[in-house]
Amino acid sequence: MDKMGELKSQVLTELEQVATLQELEDLRVQTLGKKGRVTLLMKELAKKTPEERKVMGVELNALKEALITALEVRKNQLEEESLTIRLGSETLDVSLPPRPFVPGKIHPLSHVMDQAIYIFGQMGFVVGEGPDIEEDFYNFTALNIPPEHPARQEQDTFYLPPMEEQPLVLRTHTSPVQIRTMLKEKPPLRIIAPGRVYRSEYDATHTPMFHQIEGLVVDKQTHMGHLKGCLEEFCRLFFEDPDLKLRFRPGYFPFTEPSAEVDIMWKNGAWLEILGCGMVHPNVLRNCNIDPEIYQGFAFGMGLERIAMLKYGIEDLRLFFESDLRWLTHYGFATEARE
Amino acid sequence: MRFTLSWLKEHLETTASLDKISEKLTSLGLVVDKIENKTEMLAPFTICEIVEAEKHPNADRLKVCRVNTGKEILQVVCGASNARSGLRTVLAHPGDIIPSTKQVLKVGKVRDVESFGMMCSAQELLLGETSEGIIEVDSKAPLGESYAKWLGLDDIFIEIEISPNRGDCLGVYGIARDLAATGIGKLKPFKEERPRISFPCPLIPRVDPEACPHFTGKVIRGVKNGPSPLWLQKKLEAIGLRPISALVDITNFFAYDRARPLHVFDGDKIQGNLHVSLSRGGETFKALDGKVYTLTEDMIVIRDASGVISLAGVMGGESTSCDETTQTVFLEAAFFDPICIAMTGRILGILSDSRYRFERGIDPASTLRGLEAATQMILDICGGEASDVVVAGKEPDLRGSITFSPSRIQSLGGTEVSSQRAQDILINLGFEIKEKRETWDVLPPTWRFNVEHEADLVEEILRVEGYDKIPSTPYRERPQQKPLTPFQQRRFTIRDRLANRGLIEVMTWSFVSKEHAQLFGGGEENLVLLSPLSQDLNTMRPSLVPHLLKGVLYNQNRGAESVSIFEIGPQYSAPTPQGQSLMATGLRAGTFHTDHWSEKKRLVDIYDIKADVFQILEGLSPQWDRTAPSWYHPGRSAALKLGSQVLGYFGELHPRILKNFDVKGPVVAFEIFIDRIPLPKRKTTLKSKLTLSPYQAVERDFAFVVERDVPADNLIKAAMKVDPSLIENIILFDVFERGENKKSLGIRVRFQPKDRTLTDEEIQILSQKIISSIAQSTGGVLRQ
Repeated sequence: MDKMGELKSQVLTELEQVATLQELEDLRVQTLGKKGRVTLLMKELAKKTPEERKVMGVELNALKEALITALEVRKNQLEEESLTIRLGSETLDVSLPPRPFVPGKIHPLSHVMDQAIYIFGQMGFVVGEGPDIEEDFYNFTALNIPPEHPARQEQDTFYLPPMEEQPLVLRTHTSPVQIRTMLKEKPPLRIIAPGRVYRSEYDATHTPMFHQIEGLVVDKQTHMGHLKGCLEEFCRLFFEDPDLKLRFRPGYFPFTEPSAEVDIMWKNGAWLEILGCGMVHPNVLRNCNIDPEIYQGFAFGMGLERIAMLKYGIEDLRLFFESDLRWLTHYGFATEARE
Repeated sequence: MRFTLSWLKEHLETTASLDKISEKLTSLGLVVDKIENKTEMLAPFTICEIVEAEKHPNADRLKVCRVNTGKEILQVVCGASNARSGLRTVLAHPGDIIPSTKQVLKVGKVRDVESFGMMCSAQELLLGETSEGIIEVDSKAPLGESYAKWLGLDDIFIEIEISPNRGDCLGVYGIARDLAATGIGKLKPFKEERPRISFPCPLIPRVDPEACPHFTGKVIRGVKNGPSPLWLQKKLEAIGLRPISALVDITNFFAYDRARPLHVFDGDKIQGNLHVSLSRGGETFKALDGKVYTLTEDMIVIRDASGVISLAGVMGGESTSCDETTQTVFLEAAFFDPICIAMTGRILGILSDSRYRFERGIDPASTLRGLEAATQMILDICGGEASDVVVAGKEPDLRGSITFSPSRIQSLGGTEVSSQRAQDILINLGFEIKEKRETWDVLPPTWRFNVEHEADLVEEILRVEGYDKIPSTPYRERPQQKPLTPFQQRRFTIRDRLANRGLIEVMTWSFVSKEHAQLFGGGEENLVLLSPLSQDLNTMRPSLVPHLLKGVLYNQNRGAESVSIFEIGPQYSAPTPQGQSLMATGLRAGTFHTDHWSEKKRLVDIYDIKADVFQILEGLSPQWDRTAPSWYHPGRSAALKLGSQVLGYFGELHPRILKNFDVKGPVVAFEIFIDRIPLPKRKTTLKSKLTLSPYQAVERDFAFVVERDVPADNLIKAAMKVDPSLIENIILFDVFERGENKKSLGIRVRFQPKDRTLTDEEIQILSQKIISSIAQSTGGVLRQ
């Protein structure tokens, strides 16, 4: 009895002095191993009477259990301590720059194109296309701009050598896509056409190549009120200002009648011209074999650089086409920035 | 078009404020560009006279002047060479703000002499470009008077934009007429002049009808042509025109007041009679601007016995121009064909006020009226006596009657305007409504002959009513399909994939220099611009690579050691829609990334760009061969093909190209024809069925020694074909050169059985089959 009590307190004392997992293991072997002190006591049991054995056996088992638990607790303790020490020695400088992966950027114009397609897509427009090198017919004549028209003078046109008598131009606007679409498809039509356009000008506010987005609706009932509604909605969504003020005022384009220029009220309180639009001119419909007595609709065109510069506060137009990585990284967009 | 408020009010009786007038102009479609009110800025500057100008004691170029302000005599130091006694000029007083510098003038000492003011140049008062000397004011100008007021600059200057269809508003009267239609004021009718006829016109011009439908003229003799009266000079100066002489100023006045161009010939310089006809090609003509022009066919010219003396409607000739000695005038007013005038002006590059008006269409009814009014003004100002009018042809009527349904205002314009209101607007604008039942028969005024359609009338009514009256109607059609077809969507998908690979999107010009085009397989004559802006941008690009290389150079010059850029855009092989290809083209130059603590910096190579390409071609397994174009390194490039169709190229750029562009290498590139990438064939949104095998996969490593020029691809294909259903994938984990002409390739083959676990024996058999397949296809030997 006393022997057991003594052993227990002795082991517990030794247990407290154990400092490493190895010492703990040694202690376990000394205590519970084949020749361990508890095992030896167990062996002594055999020499006792059955009655004694019964009593002692219970006590001895309890001692063994208690020591196993105590060893386990101490082991956890020691493991915890050694882990703490290890973790302490494994500290990394988390402020180091991450492994190099710099995602690319989307050009701001391309981002603006995404947004325009998204917004007009929600209104039921689909994207139409046409080539950059256009026949004079599509770029001018079919749009009610005959050769002697003063409007040709105002657009400095790049010409290419004529093909089979037909003068070729770099399209000066995206409007020839209207003609291509109307000649190919039957109303009702609802298209937008973003793309490159070219004019022979190069200064602080003009580049020889820039981008426009064209819009065209042809059906039996769309009128100027719808044109206003459509463009108001676009501008408010695009500029992310539900209260944006728009001003429609009479303008002149040979291919629309009535025609309008649209201004938006900018933050500085000034009206800024951002696009031209109007109801498709009856001559244009007729040129595309569409009966203006039955069909009507609207068209609009706006410069993508212009609306990008306004929306993002980009100042120098020429840098859009310079491939300057500093500029592109600053004004470009991550792919997930898209709607 | 420029005018002043007071000029406008000569034609428009109105009490409306400037703001109201400006707002109405814009809402009529005559958008106001600029309103300048110089009154306040120029208020302090007064007219003074230099009484005495003496040389400055300490400076050769300065003068010390005694100046009479009208109230007192001041001492002012002046550096202008034209400062002289007796000159009336403009004085700024201490405390005034000088407009050009925005600085307050102080009493100062100039080289030890005190100066109590400053005499101003036109540039200092923002009244002109040059600052050559101080302003010289008329000697009759009252001393002490505000200079601005005396000059008439206390007026308000208005500049509006006139669209090409509104030639009728290139005169102040026409603008007043438009404004009056809005109800903002009343148009004052101008007096029909009937100058006294003193003799029959001695010149009877011969007029070819095809050259001019309506030509009128008159001789005025005994005139005295000097400076025009002050009121006329000031009027022209206020809108930025330089007064020349009374006769010329009078014609300019009618151009700006009535949109009626006129021409004055010096009658004594005309040789023989006049002949209005079309030019034959090759004639030369010396114009008023001193230049000699060579005429092409079918320009409208006026000849006398000496040859062409005037380019009708565009510019007069030097030989018959009026000057201070002119005593006899032939005054011409005519209607010239707008198209012919436009073409003439364009071919010869002459932009005159007259051409500007004729090509936009002038009011045919203003011809005779303008001639008579100008004659009267010449008689009033220059004296003399006038002949009767010679007329050839008759006033053309270019108008056409329009059938108009008032219901179109609503159905096209989207707003309700009462029938009465619509009628009033049209009548106020000068339209005649001939018949008014269900539809109206509307005749435009003579000055609006380009109003031809119902839609034009809707615009006329709406612009007077105001576009702001049109209620905004929601436009929203339910989308029937996505805005982009799968075909169109690809450029955006590819763009995003490339950006996600770390490339930056750029946009570059569609044209390059011809030399660069030729380096990249282009430069054919039919893709060279006829009138380029510069030789650097004169040819449609056959490839996007040149501009991207320029982009690399641009950034290398600014210190970038790693440049990865791409562009999605067109290139051109022919001037047809089919000749335009949409490309995804990218370059990586220099190092893969910049110096970094975690990874050793390395140069980009073709395997970087190949990864970009396969990102674009996701899911496709194109064949490749070594037929990439000449701008690639022949041994480090490939063409990618599907069947015979070339999908694109990738590889290292040729060292010669890099040298040509002055770019530091290596530069690797890809060019993919987006429109040639086939769309996935499947018609449904369903994906193919996936079975996840519960059985253990097994991997085996092999190393083979092959000849150096055996493509690794062949080895992998040879292994794969042993059992494509069982071999899930093959990884090439090791490549190294072995000896002179050999290389070792290590592959890891992963077997994934779907219905059982593979036995060792089966694996052994498969391995043997792989070894012999590779030996057979590539000559590869298993490395022991």
